Amino acid sequence: MIYERPRFLSGGDRALFVEFGDAIDPELNRRVRRLLLAIQEAKLSEVLEAVPTYRSLLVYYEPRRISPEELRAKLKLLTQRTQAGELPEPKVTEVPTVYGGEYGRDLDFVAEHNGLSPEEVVRVHASKAYLIYMLGFIPGFAYLGGMCPRIATPRLPTPRAKISAGSVGIAGDQTGIYPAESPGGWRLIGRTPLELFHPEADPPVLLQMGNYVRFVQITAEEFSRIEEEVAQGTYRAKESPFMREDESGDI
Amino acid sequence: MEIFEVVQPGLLTTVQDKGRYGYQRYGVSVSGAMDGYALLVANLLVGNDEGDACLEITVLGPRLSVLDDTVVAVTGADLSPALNDGALPMWKTVRVCSGDTISFGHPKRGCRGYLAVAGGIDVPVVMGSRSTYIRSRLGGLDGRPLLSGDRLRRGKTRAEVSLKRLPPQYIPEYQAENELRVVLGPQDDYFTEKGIHTFLHSEYVISAQADRMGCRLEGPPVEHKAGADIVSDGIPPGAVQVPGDGLPVVLLADRQTTGGYVKIATVSTVDLPKLAQAEVGDRVRFLRVGEEEAHRLLREYDQTIDALRQYIRRSQSDIGQMAGTDDPAI
Repeated sequence: MIYERPRFLSGGDRALFVEFGDAIDPELNRRVRRLLLAIQEAKLSEVLEAVPTYRSLLVYYEPRRISPEELRAKLKLLTQRTQAGELPEPKVTEVPTVYGGEYGRDLDFVAEHNGLSPEEVVRVHASKAYLIYMLGFIPGFAYLGGMCPRIATPRLPTPRAKISAGSVGIAGDQTGIYPAESPGGWRLIGRTPLELFHPEADPPVLLQMGNYVRFVQITAEEFSRIEEEVAQGTYRAKESPFMREDESGDI
Repeated sequence: MEIFEVVQPGLLTTVQDKGRYGYQRYGVSVSGAMDGYALLVANLLVGNDEGDACLEITVLGPRLSVLDDTVVAVTGADLSPALNDGALPMWKTVRVCSGDTISFGHPKRGCRGYLAVAGGIDVPVVMGSRSTYIRSRLGGLDGRPLLSGDRLRRGKTRAEVSLKRLPPQYIPEYQAENELRVVLGPQDDYFTEKGIHTFLHSEYVISAQADRMGCRLEGPPVEHKAGADIVSDGIPPGAVQVPGDGLPVVLLADRQTTGGYVKIATVSTVDLPKLAQAEVGDRVRFLRVGEEEAHRLLREYDQTIDALRQYIRRSQSDIGQMAGTDDPAI
């Protein structure tokens, strides 16, 4: 649900939440993003940092410079002013991915679980662009929305101790990419050679809230070539303007 | 300039400064010193900027060979610091010389000690901070704790080194029982009246699952109205998450930036050092305060820090009189 008016909730003595609703919903998410951009544009010196999520903005402020009442009033005004505002045109970032085999050990399981062939799982997964609702969990991890329920698969009962960086997985009706080697319980269907998090880059992440991701199937040879280019710093991820039909994939 | 060689690294010794801000929206945790007060005081005592990088020492401390003459200060938990064969006095500026050994012994009280050196520990700045974030291998020494054989460098000394001892009112005594002041929210309305009552009127024990990410408590479970899951939102420092088992977890420096468990309250900033120093088995109670009171506590803390800064500035002029004693803490 999207609230009629945003709720201001306490985050302790240095932070407050501006909550726009309690659902995973693209319009709700756009409201969060509008306020984030408005704060950045207004250059509020009292605001130290703001963390957008699916449905709220966590605003870290400097309590020595502004009282919470004043901050709430300022944020309320910004919210009202920007409620119907334009957002930058979203972009679609292509994520080249090798599916199956050693790159995606669980592709066959996902196929079997859903009564599909592995090829169909790949086709469905790569058929549409996914909205990036937020980043969180670990650096560069994007929460993607809109995966087709036909390929939904529950997590592993016991998480694996080590998953390679770039692994593409499915957990329930979500899909995502592991930005770094880590333990994890997602069903792995593929792997991308792209680097999703790079501390020296500005911004340090490849995927940005409000943009879209499209997975593009590649071969193992292409994987090696792109991996090499990424290592040398010469690879540029392919981006294109978002079109309506990007979102309507295979249902 | 090289300042320490690590002979033994200790249990978990990391480089930490005031934290990595401005990157949470990309999923990058803040990290930084768990006990911000102890970090600040250690830095002030050696003439550093307040947020400079120090060594955060956890329970069992390292053994360090000193490679150059300088001054250091050890604050925070009493982990029995020693300089060569004698005790190294804490909360004081201490002169050390090339060839000296700094070591730590039996942990007495508290969990985390801070060792500051004039000029600060110099490691590359990653996204605006030198803090180590182990889980993503960021910052510090290649994103990891110290290892035997590491050689640490120090930055340029900022001020003329001034030698001080801290008056006792600025030295905290870490207790086994603590009251943590909390502001309710953001999701206190996800709990039953009984649940809120349990949370505010029970004693909780620090469990063994306490680290830089968070501190899991044991005690009476807090009752939810209808489940512990929410659509993910941000996590401020000191947020008290209550997962499905009803046992509170206070999230600290290395917390994830976002999460999907309900948060009943947020611990006030000035009480976070108590949790940084709490040992397994220590007890805490949550005391509800309003937003205004929480800000009054912050102002009070600022006044203490201001007084401390002034004291340290004033005491610079006393150096002459204090020098020349045999006490290594001049």
